[in-house]
Amino acid sequence: MSLEAAIAIRFDRLALDATFSATNHEVVALLGPSGAGKTTILRALAGLAPLTAGRIVLDGTVFEDAATHEWVPPERRNLGVVFQDALLFPHLSVLDNVAAGLRFTGISRVIARTRAREWLDRIGIGELADAKPGVLSGGQAQRVALARALATQPRVLLLDEPLSALDVTTRADVRRELRRHLNTFTGIRLLVTHDPIDALALADRLIVLEHGHIVQSGSSIDVTAEPRSRYVADFVGVNWLRGTARGASVLLADGGTLIVPDLVPGEVFVVIHPRAVSVHRQKPEGSPRNVLPGVIVSADDEGSRVRVRLALPFPLVAEVTRASAAELELDRGGDVWVTVKATEIATYAA
Amino acid sequence: MAPEILTALRLSMVCSLAATAIAIALGMPLAWVQARVTFPGQRVLRALTTLPIVLPPVVAGVALLVVFGRRGLVGMWLDRWFGIRLPFTTAGAALAEAFVAMPFFVLTMEGALRSVDRRLEEAARTLGASRWKVFRHVTLPLVRPSLQAGAVLAWARALGEFGATITFAGNVPGSTQTLPLAVYLALETNPETAFVLSLVLLAVSLAVLLGLRRRWLAW
Repeated sequence: MSLEAAIAIRFDRLALDATFSATNHEVVALLGPSGAGKTTILRALAGLAPLTAGRIVLDGTVFEDAATHEWVPPERRNLGVVFQDALLFPHLSVLDNVAAGLRFTGISRVIARTRAREWLDRIGIGELADAKPGVLSGGQAQRVALARALATQPRVLLLDEPLSALDVTTRADVRRELRRHLNTFTGIRLLVTHDPIDALALADRLIVLEHGHIVQSGSSIDVTAEPRSRYVADFVGVNWLRGTARGASVLLADGGTLIVPDLVPGEVFVVIHPRAVSVHRQKPEGSPRNVLPGVIVSADDEGSRVRVRLALPFPLVAEVTRASAAELELDRGGDVWVTVKATEIATYAA
Repeated sequence: MAPEILTALRLSMVCSLAATAIAIALGMPLAWVQARVTFPGQRVLRALTTLPIVLPPVVAGVALLVVFGRRGLVGMWLDRWFGIRLPFTTAGAALAEAFVAMPFFVLTMEGALRSVDRRLEEAARTLGASRWKVFRHVTLPLVRPSLQAGAVLAWARALGEFGATITFAGNVPGSTQTLPLAVYLALETNPETAFVLSLVLLAVSLAVLLGLRRRWLAW
């Protein structure tokens, strides 16, 4: 089973242009900051947002083709969608919410309710059958929404920020359950989230979206090992720089030079873990190849460690222990010497 | 109660309920279009829809005569093709009441339809519901309190209708003489009957308002 999507949408200030595919062998996460166009892509797949250009094809069936004006309405796409705010029908009981999809497709009330009850039991919320959505907690509502989406036995399951409305404790529980249900679902699974933790926990493959364009895609290991956007680098928590490799050094786009062995020439991304950056008050002697003068921009206490923002002049974050932060009196700012071991610097072609 | 009072009361009920049915049947699509669709001339249509609220009912009756009268723009063809004559008939009285009462239903419904969370309708689409099924099974249940309130408002307005009815449908006992008309007539000949009739209307109106208030509180 495979979903092929080339989605271009011009709408107000949004210019969306993303081409990707998904199969039923993997859980795919569309990851990106809010406003990147993730939800619009999901809506386009569901038939709720028209394409300006491009096409959406599921297993050879054209859902939409902007060129030929082919269009399958949402109700005939056989999708299950879990929306951000659950969007349960407030006038129906939990049971009838889950039965709704079956009822819409013409199945009798009795059979629809029987099957809905099975789904509620499977999701583990059978006791809520007679409740109205208004009295449910966020986590319960999201579970009902999942049961409702699965009850029609769709070929594609689309989840739009299914966990973002939940509080931290519930979130972990629902995330774990969701992982289990995603694993047992046999169709195509596509998840939209702005939370990297959700994406990493639930998806096998990440598609990173920024400003309406795909900036990176691949397995979670590949994406986090070699970030290709500020957004990914920030959630992995590494220093991410761009520059031009020449000989054994990289000329950084933001100014400054780093010495790195084994370089491929050309445009490169540079990744440095904050723990590989050391801060000194006196110019250190000895082996490090990269000894650079810098200025402290800020020092933030993050519990056991202190995160130090530096300007060298290119921006660099160092992570030091509280003890050394106190010893170096980092909170008074001022000039420092920064060292980075050449072996701790990772580079890859941009 | 005197038989003519009963006749007038029964006629009032028939006409006002028929008028409410007409107001719902025509007003629902009208409200939906105004709440959900953007099209040229929308403001004019909205003004026309609410016009009967502002218009003196007698003028509304004259307007109905111009359109549905025996020589009216539409009435002429209704008569010629189908043999239907509306003026001075019970159907005409119901039409006059509907004309005046419909804006109350349309305005209520338009507001209600605007306030429905469109995303719920989209959710229903993804669950396999056609546009009609979405309206029938999601939108309509969500606006049901407003629908009831709007229908009761329209019915109450139709029940008290006087000007448009007497202008367009006349004052024929048994076929167009509704309660308000009977009150007006009785006032000149038999003030005591007028008093009783007024009390009946007052009681009905009060009951409706009390019922509505409970409905609004129930939201």
